[in-house]
Amino acid sequence: MQHAATAGHIELPTSTGLNSRKLLMWLFLASDCLFFGPLITTYLIYRGRSPVGPYPHEVFDIPYTSVSAFVLLMSSLAMVLALAAIQRGDVRGLRIWLLATAGLGLVFLGGQFYEFNTFFHHDGLSLSKNIFGSSFFVLTGFHGAHVTIGVIWLLSLFAGSMRGMLHQGNSLNVEIAGLYWHFVDVVWIVIFTVVYLIPAPLPH
Amino acid sequence: MESQAHRHESAHPGAGTYIVIAVILSAVTAIEVTAYYITGLRNSAIFVPILLAFSALKFALVAMFFMHLKFDGRLFSSFFVGGFILGAAVLIALMALTRAL
Repeated sequence: MQHAATAGHIELPTSTGLNSRKLLMWLFLASDCLFFGPLITTYLIYRGRSPVGPYPHEVFDIPYTSVSAFVLLMSSLAMVLALAAIQRGDVRGLRIWLLATAGLGLVFLGGQFYEFNTFFHHDGLSLSKNIFGSSFFVLTGFHGAHVTIGVIWLLSLFAGSMRGMLHQGNSLNVEIAGLYWHFVDVVWIVIFTVVYLIPAPLPH
Repeated sequence: MESQAHRHESAHPGAGTYIVIAVILSAVTAIEVTAYYITGLRNSAIFVPILLAFSALKFALVAMFFMHLKFDGRLFSSFFVGGFILGAAVLIALMALTRAL
């Protein structure tokens, strides 16, 4: 209670017995499933229907994307270790793992920028080149936008911790950011499999 | 108040469990990528179901352990699984309608 008062708010009892902010984040993540579902569907429907190339098997670099997937998985580990640190009152540990998570997120974004750049300049694939390019860039671009928002959120939490605003009593702030970050990771788990690894049908 | 707010929640696991989960996630990813390069397997009918099963396993591990759904209130799981099922239903319905399945 002392920490909650210090943070400027008091957690009121709820009829569900669950924290309302955490419940709201889960509702948002559920709605985000409905955002990414149709984007993935659109890609799956159109990836093999372009009358002109380039086609998925001509541009994808699986070893490169596998490293990106690994980086994002490890960022999820760093995120949950940041939460574990603040839950036991270890603010220094929180800062280290928050920076690690944001850093791995930036590595992922750098990798995505390089991939997009290669597709555009080397392979001639653009948003308007063909329907595969349109659906691919929209899907992975929106995922990248989610990662970008997550990195900004993590860095703002890090800045807050440096100003003494994060402590064991309000670790829920870190937990909610963590839920968002892990969701970004699970979306990439799906994208990595269905977009990159499952072979696209050859064009007719 | 604290006990009321967390009455549906049990203690979260420690760093050791998280590291074990991360090792499993990395291993499954390595298996997926290795399977991609086995030409005979990639051209077989079981390749896509295997990949989807591995992906579902990784998804479930992150949701259950990193997002703590295994330890938190069931209402959180209900909301998230509900949204996921709706998203998956949209995917299946649209792919069936466009003969992409």
